[in-house]
Amino acid sequence: MNRLTLLQNGASLARRDIPVLHGDHFLEEILSALDHGWRVVSYFALPEGEGLALYCVLSLKADATLGVLHTRLDDGGFTSLVPYAPQLHLFEREMAEQYGVIFEGHPWMKPVRFAPPLATLPGFCPTGPGKIGIMDFYRVEGSEVHEVAVGPVHAGIIEPGHFRFQCLGEEVMHLEISLGYQHRGVEKLVLGGPYPVTFRQMETVAGDTTVGHGLAYAMCLEALAGTRVPARAHDLRGIGAELERLANHTGDLGAIAGDVGYLPTASYCGRIRGDFLNLTAEICGSRFGRGLLTPGGVNFDLDALTVEKLRRRLLAARDELTNAVELLWDTPSVLARLEGTGVVSKETARELGLVGPAARASGLNRDIRRDHPYGIYNMTHIPVVTARAGDVYARTLVRWLEIERSLDFVEEQLRQLPGGGIENPVGSLGEDRLAVALTEGWRGEICHVALTDGRGRFERYKICDPSFHNWPGLAMALRGGQISDFPLNNKSFNLSYCGVDL
Amino acid sequence: MIDILVHIVIALGLPPLLLGVIGKTKAAFAGRVGAPFLQPYYDLARLFRKGVVISETTSWIFRAGPAVTLAATLCAGLLIPLGRHTAPISFDGDLVLFAYLFALGRFFTTIAALDTGSSFEGMGAAREVSFACLAEPTLFFALITLTRLSGTLSLTPMLNHLDLSVWLGTGAALILMLAGLFVVLLAENSRIPFDDPNTHLELTMIHEVMVLDHSGPYFGCILYGAALKLFLLGALFVNVALPFTTGSSLADWLVFLAGMLALSVAVGVVESVMARLRLIRVPQLLVAALILTAFSLVLVVR
Repeated sequence: MNRLTLLQNGASLARRDIPVLHGDHFLEEILSALDHGWRVVSYFALPEGEGLALYCVLSLKADATLGVLHTRLDDGGFTSLVPYAPQLHLFEREMAEQYGVIFEGHPWMKPVRFAPPLATLPGFCPTGPGKIGIMDFYRVEGSEVHEVAVGPVHAGIIEPGHFRFQCLGEEVMHLEISLGYQHRGVEKLVLGGPYPVTFRQMETVAGDTTVGHGLAYAMCLEALAGTRVPARAHDLRGIGAELERLANHTGDLGAIAGDVGYLPTASYCGRIRGDFLNLTAEICGSRFGRGLLTPGGVNFDLDALTVEKLRRRLLAARDELTNAVELLWDTPSVLARLEGTGVVSKETARELGLVGPAARASGLNRDIRRDHPYGIYNMTHIPVVTARAGDVYARTLVRWLEIERSLDFVEEQLRQLPGGGIENPVGSLGEDRLAVALTEGWRGEICHVALTDGRGRFERYKICDPSFHNWPGLAMALRGGQISDFPLNNKSFNLSYCGVDL
Repeated sequence: MIDILVHIVIALGLPPLLLGVIGKTKAAFAGRVGAPFLQPYYDLARLFRKGVVISETTSWIFRAGPAVTLAATLCAGLLIPLGRHTAPISFDGDLVLFAYLFALGRFFTTIAALDTGSSFEGMGAAREVSFACLAEPTLFFALITLTRLSGTLSLTPMLNHLDLSVWLGTGAALILMLAGLFVVLLAENSRIPFDDPNTHLELTMIHEVMVLDHSGPYFGCILYGAALKLFLLGALFVNVALPFTTGSSLADWLVFLAGMLALSVAVGVVESVMARLRLIRVPQLLVAALILTAFSLVLVVR
């Protein structure tokens, strides 16, 4: 434990203060930290000197502390920790793809995004981008086993992803999910930045989490430049983040109702989601909160008249939403569909490192807003909601309860907006520093890690969307379930494809 | 003669309107305006104007499927009496033909689906036939009960035999039978709670997934055939449920039409107030319907 370099959420430290560990010690530290209640929030690599530097960022909720581990590889071979820590599974696959690190003992090494390597270092041999989606899938053999392939082109207007089911009749034995169809190279675009356009790019890492990702990026810049954000801006950011959560959770409740064929709630929630989006538009002119935030504060202030209008419309939306969702809980046929479908046990959720509502529905009590408070959440706490069952019902219930908490929060913040400015200038970034920012987007924990070089430019910018942690959870939820329940399970997780594809 | 012409006009023209009424009812429950009543007709007109894409892996079966299914359903439409009038074709034992024309249609829909070789369509075909196995006996129990009551094996005399006195005599049996028939009506026409005709999620579909590869006029035939099937099974239900004649031919037709529209509203209400069943529960509800109709037979026979 003593080799961890500690820091707080939204803080930065000098890179030279992070000791370079021997590879074995690095791995030992990760495993021992995981044994002591830490979890991995980010694990990535970047070229450093002649070799490749690996950084692992861990979080301990008990102490509200983050820890960084650092090691250096001189050639491409390293030991995989996945057999002991499944939550590292995608991180290792990602590094293998980006730099050609060969993780010995990794049980299922395949590309994540089919992207060309970020850098080719001497001693490392990246395999290069394969043809997108062309690879071996896990197969179950047997005369009665059949394979169902869905996507990447879907019947509805949704993002592209490929799902490969191994089925015995209607029962799913295994589901493998393959993404990467929307890879845009966001992390590569940022290198050498920050550029004026970078903030816009960060807002679109996952388009439905504009405020979540924008906030994480802004926190990184503020940490690196040592900027203090005015209290009023913190408040407005919180309002923006919670409105985003409200809109998306409401949309999800409607989509879940729609998937089980229960029309009233589906229709009403679809409309009320629009009401929440319009509230965001009332503040900043964009329904998805684009341009609301800026590094150093926010771009838009609220006058008393707008505050009054927002409060009135929020109350109206709350009433209507309560009615629409009560219908859901009062209909036995809906509950029969939701209960017991797609169960993810607490143990599985912990091992996979699930985050956000999906983790809370399985009984894991984790929420960045409380565990590593940032901005307004340092002042005002939002109670964390958990459920035990880990099924679709639990994920639906957690969403609804979070809606109620968020509504309380926004109403309270609108009543007590502090005075003062809304933006402080952000100076040049500190040189050779590492900053970590965690935020709780509506899907869960968003982690941005920024490393600057000797000129204060980004040498590496690592984004970890909550979906990156949670996709394996969806695959596990389907195991032993009915293939006809897949769409419902998928909606109850509602993960981002582009957030993983970057 | 006029009644036969009216029969044919109604049987050909009315079915899509039922879908329009169901859609409007659902929209009303969801707080929406909804598509116009005539939307299903516009959809059919659009489909019949469109071109067709046919997979190279398919054979003539794929193209024959929709045509045979529609033809079989149309033939069934000539066998069933509408609104206390005589059906255009009626002979002893036509009830067996009536039931098996639907089975013929289903057979061709499923082999056309299997012909594509798509895993989705195979899955849908498997679901369709396994659920049909349970729905078919329900229909037969209902028809046998009616045979027992009327002493005939032909649909027209059998259904026209039902009047208020029969209802007063064996009302309990008929109510059980109607409940079973209503479940079969919903299941056979892929309505909620069995199937969701509006979903785009292939993995949850039963009927829709079998016709994913059909397009243009072929798909138009399938949609029209489905509406016709809803109309015919609905007509069977309404004939049992409205057991009286007014004496005037015109009034009988109007009562029948009102009954069909009311039935569509009822289907729309059911779809609005409940969610779909989990697929694994579908057989249980079908077996329940089977038991209801079996009891109705027991009540009549004892």
